[in-house]
Amino acid sequence: MFLQQIASGLALGCVYALIALGFVLIYKATEVVNFAQGEFMMLGAFVALSLMTGAKLPFFLTIFLAVMIMGVFGMVLERMVMRRLVGEPIFALVMFTIGLSIFLRSIAGMVWSTDTFKFPTVFGKSFTQIGSVTISSMDILVVSITAALVIILYLFFKFTDIGIAMEATSQNQFASFLMGISVERVFNLIWAISAMVAAVAGILLAPILFIHKDMGFIGLKAFPAAVLGGFGSIPGAIVGGLIIGLSENLAGVFLPAWVKDVFAYIILIAVLMVRPEGIFGIQEKKRV
Amino acid sequence: MEPLLKVRNIETYYGPVIAIKGISLDVEDGLIVAILGANGAGKTTILRTISGFIEPEKGTIEFMGRRIDGMKPDHVVKQGIAHIPEGREIFPDLTVGENLRMGAYTRKDRYNLTGDMDQVMGYFPVLRERWKQHAGFLSGGEQQMLAIGRALLARPKLLLMDEPSLGLSPILVRDIFEIIRRINREEGTTILLVEQNARAALTTAQYGYILEVGRVVMDDTAEELMENEDVKEFYLGIQKESIRGSRRWRRKKLWR
Repeated sequence: MFLQQIASGLALGCVYALIALGFVLIYKATEVVNFAQGEFMMLGAFVALSLMTGAKLPFFLTIFLAVMIMGVFGMVLERMVMRRLVGEPIFALVMFTIGLSIFLRSIAGMVWSTDTFKFPTVFGKSFTQIGSVTISSMDILVVSITAALVIILYLFFKFTDIGIAMEATSQNQFASFLMGISVERVFNLIWAISAMVAAVAGILLAPILFIHKDMGFIGLKAFPAAVLGGFGSIPGAIVGGLIIGLSENLAGVFLPAWVKDVFAYIILIAVLMVRPEGIFGIQEKKRV
Repeated sequence: MEPLLKVRNIETYYGPVIAIKGISLDVEDGLIVAILGANGAGKTTILRTISGFIEPEKGTIEFMGRRIDGMKPDHVVKQGIAHIPEGREIFPDLTVGENLRMGAYTRKDRYNLTGDMDQVMGYFPVLRERWKQHAGFLSGGEQQMLAIGRALLARPKLLLMDEPSLGLSPILVRDIFEIIRRINREEGTTILLVEQNARAALTTAQYGYILEVGRVVMDDTAEELMENEDVKEFYLGIQKESIRGSRRWRRKKLWR
């Protein structure tokens, strides 16, 4: 039973991790906390749903197309809106993203109605038996796609010029300009990547939960995951997401029912009291 | 011959405060030119205006015959101007190697990058030893070397240097200026140098501009400036018996 819960908690944790990753990527580069990250995920799920049930495309093509569409969406959003807000107080930007999240929810309600949809299951109800643990094939898919995505992002930020330039921009914008890095292009790309990661999260979450215009609220649980890992740390987002997912699932079994939904926040508060900068966070270094 | 960089009558404001008021200067190809002046004279502002971080209110900047005033900083870099800012501004959480790689970000000719890297290592062997370390862990002098090396990898025609001696020990200052001379001699890179350390700057540069509260008050070859009485007294700190005697103001009577 315990191992069973760990397996499904891991899958849920992966989804949290991906949403948290979206928060962190945008925050690291642009210092904006994008509260519409959960809605990006919701949009990604709906786009995938339309492609799959409407256009009847195969599953992996659907993932690919939905992710690309959300990438373009992120780019356009940055180009048309966020770029005009560069240099405005961060507070204004954050308020804007909150407004954006409400706006996107309403739009989704108009386009896809306020009904709850079920994503067609790809693998039916197939399970894999490992020892005494039964794991659904979907959970395995979720974990492996997340792992693949994290590896791709790691390689991207470590070995490609534009990836290192993104790291550089998040560390020192002034110096990035001096290197001839187009900071605008970096911001543009980072919004695209965040929206793409969110789309993956949405598609992976869809078979676990349901698709609904308000499913973006799960972003509010990924938010503690990002803070827990140390806002601004990519490995932190992953670990934070996994911790929240696992502990939430275990709490659901071993503790009274009401604890499950608040457990993420209980952990968050406990960790921040011991380590305010988060698990992987670095304390703000004062530069001389 | 047309100078490499031609600045004409630029005025720059910080909000309502005027920082530089009508500055013109020429930087000839192949020279080291120094801008001297006290704190707040507007030296850094001039460099930041040239590299596009501040848009001048008035005036023009021409580089190789092309107007660059009002250009964005990342475009100015692509014209062939590299700016080493005051306080070095390295990327603390990237490794030394990654920092250098970012220096070459605008370059198209990737095939001779290894050779250029080796060349930079030739100037600063310590960077090779520190290659895999995070740049934030380097000492101040090493960070300055990294900043210079990073700028060199852009293969600039003009190098803008803002206070390369800031916060370094006297021996390191000597070393850094020696390297600046070598870069100028061996690569033929033109250098526009901003310094408070007038002695080091004038022994390195061939030409100098002296700046006081936003205006150029004097410009001449470095030798002439070194011989100038006012420069000697105010910038090089050489005391001389003046006509008025050593005391330049009346001692105030103190009533207790």
